[in-house]
Amino acid sequence: MSGGPYDDRGNHDASITNPCGMAEDDPVHAGGHEHPAPGGPFLIGEAMTGGYGRGADILHSCTIAVDRGEIAVIVGPNGAGKSTAMKAVFGMLSLREGMVRLDGEDITELSPQARVRKGMGFVPQTHNIFTSMTVEENLEMGAFIRRDDISGTMEQVFDLFPILKDKRRQAAGELSGGQRQQVAVGRALMTKPKVLMLDEPTAGVSPIVMDELFDRIIEVARTGLPVLMVEQNARQALAIADKGYVLVQGRNAHTGTGKALLADDEVRRSFLGG
Amino acid sequence: MDFLNALVALANFVFIPAIAYGSQLALGALGVTLIYGILRFSNFAHGDTMAIGTMFTILVTWGLQALGVSFGPLPTALLAIPFGIVLTSLLVLGTDRLVYRFYREQKAKPVILVIVSMGVMFIYNGLTRLIIGPGDQNFADGERFLISARDFKTMTGLDEGLALKSTQAITVVVAILVVALLFWFLNHTRTGKSMRAYSDNEDLALLSGINPERVVMVTWIIVAALAVVAGTLYGLDKSFKPFTYFQILLPIFASAIVGGLGSPLGAIAGGFIIAFSEVGITYAWKKVLTYMLPESLEPSGLVQLLSTDYKFAVSFVILIIVLLFRPTGLFKGKSV
Repeated sequence: MSGGPYDDRGNHDASITNPCGMAEDDPVHAGGHEHPAPGGPFLIGEAMTGGYGRGADILHSCTIAVDRGEIAVIVGPNGAGKSTAMKAVFGMLSLREGMVRLDGEDITELSPQARVRKGMGFVPQTHNIFTSMTVEENLEMGAFIRRDDISGTMEQVFDLFPILKDKRRQAAGELSGGQRQQVAVGRALMTKPKVLMLDEPTAGVSPIVMDELFDRIIEVARTGLPVLMVEQNARQALAIADKGYVLVQGRNAHTGTGKALLADDEVRRSFLGG
Repeated sequence: MDFLNALVALANFVFIPAIAYGSQLALGALGVTLIYGILRFSNFAHGDTMAIGTMFTILVTWGLQALGVSFGPLPTALLAIPFGIVLTSLLVLGTDRLVYRFYREQKAKPVILVIVSMGVMFIYNGLTRLIIGPGDQNFADGERFLISARDFKTMTGLDEGLALKSTQAITVVVAILVVALLFWFLNHTRTGKSMRAYSDNEDLALLSGINPERVVMVTWIIVAALAVVAGTLYGLDKSFKPFTYFQILLPIFASAIVGGLGSPLGAIAGGFIIAFSEVGITYAWKKVLTYMLPESLEPSGLVQLLSTDYKFAVSFVILIIVLLFRPTGLFKGKSV
């Protein structure tokens, strides 16, 4: 994929190598430090520019932010860099320019593990559960950084997603699409994050399940947890959003409250299909 | 009576040796399968890690013997194993720091690591020969037999003797303990679960705050421990010669692949399948058949399917059959 001297040149012989579940991202290396940077929203990726590895820039001075008690939604056409922007905020790729601030601290140099410890929870779009582990083990792994008793948080997750309680001894890979997304969100909630980032939580689930998931996400946000979310179903997502970002080709195209964007003629015509 | 004699002969020449050999292969294959599952490459240096680890154990054993320390009827080497594990862990962690980590940081594809492990194999191989020499080393002491063939004959009055070497019994007992401990660790401890999570999905493990370098470190330590235990048991049961440890790599890989690469349970099953096939096919069945068959059908030859010189061919053939008909192995490992 990347080429270079350490590539396999197309050799995919699985008898000697095990590519399943290999890291694909190029995260910020461990060892960086945070710096105080007071002011601004609770979480903001500001003027972010960057791409994967040594490839071309995907984000061009892109800014996304979420404040306490808000739901912020990122929408845009395919390939607009929505997922990339989320990964950049979480440190899953290194920024060339711009900064990420969380709760009055500049965390641009922190590795993803360190950001988890700072209170960020992230649900990626794909490969967001440990398929070979049980539902309960998935939740335990979500709480990996915690040393205190996690049973209370696990009960809260089971209250939010009751189906997971019944299936807690089942391998997560055997669950249906909607249930898997519930495991994924539950896993991220286990750290008791201060901000929750969701990358297309409703991808590949039926409309009924989608409504259900949206309800749950609103429920989570009502507890005061800021939610930053990428969504394909732009209309529905903007309807529940306090703040909306429309990205086009890695740039901020439109920004405003969810209602304002829904009412905006240009946004409607270009992205919401009239 | 003939039937009993046949059973005893079978147990003595096939069953007991194959169980002991199978346990050794299973421990070796577990190490290979862990590296494959968690570090994602086939570690060709595993045979020589076993050799160098066994060498450390032997050196410590000799030291202990010189000091007059003994373990009663049990081999002194059992006391030396923990020292061997510590030394081997330091060695593999040093190797990881110097060699493998560089390639991890470059995001090298696993196939590069396979070739790198081959280089490591040659270095370990050379080190072992430099330090302890290429020759045979016998380091077993303590009681040699649990039951000797003669005792068994006088005890039962049968014509056939059944010998149970103490090293064989120790091999099986230690293997069971080690495997039980490993499975408990992987399934019930926080670190063990984090290793499985890392194996399942590296990126998500990172998102959960699992430190990859720590997972890698713990994996190497466990693999070093498995290699030392497997190597020492093999050496006690047979004898220690660096070259045989290099050769044993093939049946070990065959075991891991037959069982399903990445599946610890498969590695154990694979180990016993390979061991039983190897011993069964290279055993001269004349004696057992003579007891079992009527006189008119008594075989004239040795009824040995394959000379012991060709025992490695058995691993190859099983490997090919499995790869052709069940590429994921018996226990649904990763598709090969």
